[in-house]
Amino acid sequence: MNILWLQASGCGGCTMSLLCAEDPNVIDLLEGAGLRFLWHPALSLETGGEVRALLDRIAMGEVALDILCVEGAIARGPRGTGRFQMLSGTGRSVLDWVRQLAPLARHVVAVGSCAAFGGVTSAGENPSDAAGLQYEGTHRGGVLPAAFRPGGGLPVINIAGCPTHPDWVTETLMLLAQDALGADDLDALARPLFFAQHLVHHGCPKNEFYEYKASATQLCEMGCMMEHLGCVGTQAVGDCNIRPWNGSGSCTRGGYPCISCTAPEFEEPKHAFTETPKVAGIPVGLPSDMPKAWFMALASLSKAATPERLSKNAVADRVEVVPSPRKPNG
Amino acid sequence: MTQGRLIVGPFNRVEGDLEVHLDLADGAVARARVNAPLYRGFERMLMGRPPSDALTLTPRICGICSISQSAAAARALADAGGHAPAPQGAAMAALIHAVENVSDHLFHFNLFFMPDFTRPVYADRPWHGQAVERFTAQTGGAQRAAIGARAALMHILGLMAGKWPHTLAIQPGGVTRAPGASDKVRILASLTAFRRYLEGTVFGGPLEDFAALSTRDALLGWDRGDAGLFLRIAADLDLDRLGRGAGRYLSFGAYPDAGGHAFAPGIWRDGARAPLDLADMVEDLSHAWMLGPASHPADGQTLPDEDMRADAYSWCKAPRLAGAPMETGALARQVIDGHPLARDLAGGGVLARVAGRLLELARSQAVMEDLARGIDPAAPFMDPAPEVQDGHGVGLVEAARGALGHWVRIEKGRIASYQIVAPTTWNFSPRDAQGQPGPLEAALVGAPVQPGETTPVSVQHIVRSFDPCMVCTVH
Repeated sequence: MNILWLQASGCGGCTMSLLCAEDPNVIDLLEGAGLRFLWHPALSLETGGEVRALLDRIAMGEVALDILCVEGAIARGPRGTGRFQMLSGTGRSVLDWVRQLAPLARHVVAVGSCAAFGGVTSAGENPSDAAGLQYEGTHRGGVLPAAFRPGGGLPVINIAGCPTHPDWVTETLMLLAQDALGADDLDALARPLFFAQHLVHHGCPKNEFYEYKASATQLCEMGCMMEHLGCVGTQAVGDCNIRPWNGSGSCTRGGYPCISCTAPEFEEPKHAFTETPKVAGIPVGLPSDMPKAWFMALASLSKAATPERLSKNAVADRVEVVPSPRKPNG
Repeated sequence: MTQGRLIVGPFNRVEGDLEVHLDLADGAVARARVNAPLYRGFERMLMGRPPSDALTLTPRICGICSISQSAAAARALADAGGHAPAPQGAAMAALIHAVENVSDHLFHFNLFFMPDFTRPVYADRPWHGQAVERFTAQTGGAQRAAIGARAALMHILGLMAGKWPHTLAIQPGGVTRAPGASDKVRILASLTAFRRYLEGTVFGGPLEDFAALSTRDALLGWDRGDAGLFLRIAADLDLDRLGRGAGRYLSFGAYPDAGGHAFAPGIWRDGARAPLDLADMVEDLSHAWMLGPASHPADGQTLPDEDMRADAYSWCKAPRLAGAPMETGALARQVIDGHPLARDLAGGGVLARVAGRLLELARSQAVMEDLARGIDPAAPFMDPAPEVQDGHGVGLVEAARGALGHWVRIEKGRIASYQIVAPTTWNFSPRDAQGQPGPLEAALVGAPVQPGETTPVSVQHIVRSFDPCMVCTVH
């Protein structure tokens, strides 16, 4: 299958992350899966007139387009013209190009939360009036209508994330190449379930602190970051702590909170990113699918039962008290 | 076409969106205008937010200079609060930052710059076959090796920064994770593997030997590794003369530590070094689709001209220092730091900029190894900084592509003003009110254009020699 990759209003970080793929590297992986780039802004030789000619041939239907990958949100401003991002050399906005090319593709893939939902590009007052391909924040319908379906029949596939994990992108593309990704394999926001069926909480190394509500109070302490430091890993989809980033990492492994970058509107938490909003001392963002009263009851019980090891380590920057398992009965 | 006008775009293998307008005369570029055609408005997004939000949002300006943005934001907030990070935290932030900068240099050389020499226009050159084998886009041997080596080096970021890009690990008070002794040896192992790759593949010899080169002639005699292939091409095509600069350089200084910087800050003009002084800095808006007066970034604002008036041609503002455009980047850093090879190359063109990056790649390995060896697994890596209520600050860092500054003003615990001037804002600025072109615009004048070329290869070499980052440029 061939891929045309366009960078819209974003940072290019999802491409940079993709190039961190390992075992095998992204070049070998795509080649082995029978995927090839018609053009990629960071990787292809073709520039200028060569690219314009290719785009024209796709637009005329002379080149059948299998997968259109769009990275970055789509700028609609100023005043609906899309001129905050012109596709250079073409005299036309990226908004215009995407609306023309998307219906010609068999599959359309939004790479990253900007392309999916608007993401960081739409933060604050949304200066460029940016939107995602098929969503504007949580609302269905972006620069493409909610009912839009390219030839393959799937909605725009939202590989959310800021950035995307390289494997989320490569595995989605490989599944498409094998015709093995169906509508049932996407969640309600059209995110592939293979990563969206997990929570960032799953496999978080701070889980034991979470169990006892042994909380960090500063960014450098080892405890759970949910109570004070804005972590929403219990509500965020992603397998970030199951398959690591860049060898062994994740946000919580790096000592900073999950900000749910796979979710629409994560860029506007309505409080500081690294601070948990509270009402009467109780965090407002509790796990989404747990009754609040039960959570509070369990939390107060577990807080009362917190081992000294955890309460000390939670506010330390390194393990101060090591586990002391009981000696086996002999 | 050797007379008339050309519009070059989409301009790829640069980060972000770039369009170059050329007026041609007598088979060469007579005049160039550089357009940064993407505006997102990060400075406006930040208004009214808690100051610490800058640490989450500004890295997302750019997926390739993400840590540079992060480090600049952390430093600006620390400055606004009069706070100093824990010394070991600052050193770890420098190491994390160096890994990103080195990765960017590596990718620029292998993925962005070198593939142009595989073009059929060079099929008759003696080095063409080797260039095709090593640097064919996506499949060349050098490209595969560089992608693998970079991914492995970035394990240091997985370990210490959680992930790359877009980490929150760097804070005004230090870094969010304190390494243990095993982390330290793991980091050193990753660096040793990276040294082996650089010496085996990129340089074909000890890094210290390359870093010891002190003249242009000695440089052109280096015939080993992929660097040697580039130097053979550079000599054959006389890339030193192509796209020469004005020899005015700016560096904010890279990797600060208690004793100064690993690469010193300063200004280079008229063949001499001067101390860094930004009092005379302004961002000129005369040819940018921006409204308002020319201002120092501490007093600047970002008001896009939605009418995109006809006498402007870019969303990029035009920073000037004491009235002059300045070139920034690895070459500038190495010239200002006083390296003899860089000093010998000062004012040069494509060769000088690319060689400056290779020189820095070789020298940065030792910087990273020193930082890693200096990790104290018993020390604090964070001295938490309280959120600033009122104040103003500046954060100056060196991104891979050069001088990056953040200027912040905080009132009543909220961001009242945030201005960013990125390296490519300097390098690819449009004209100013005096009609002075930006550094790239000036460097393109005289570039040869062959009959029939619509995307002149000489223009591509010159543009890419700057390693532009267009997403940072306008932000």
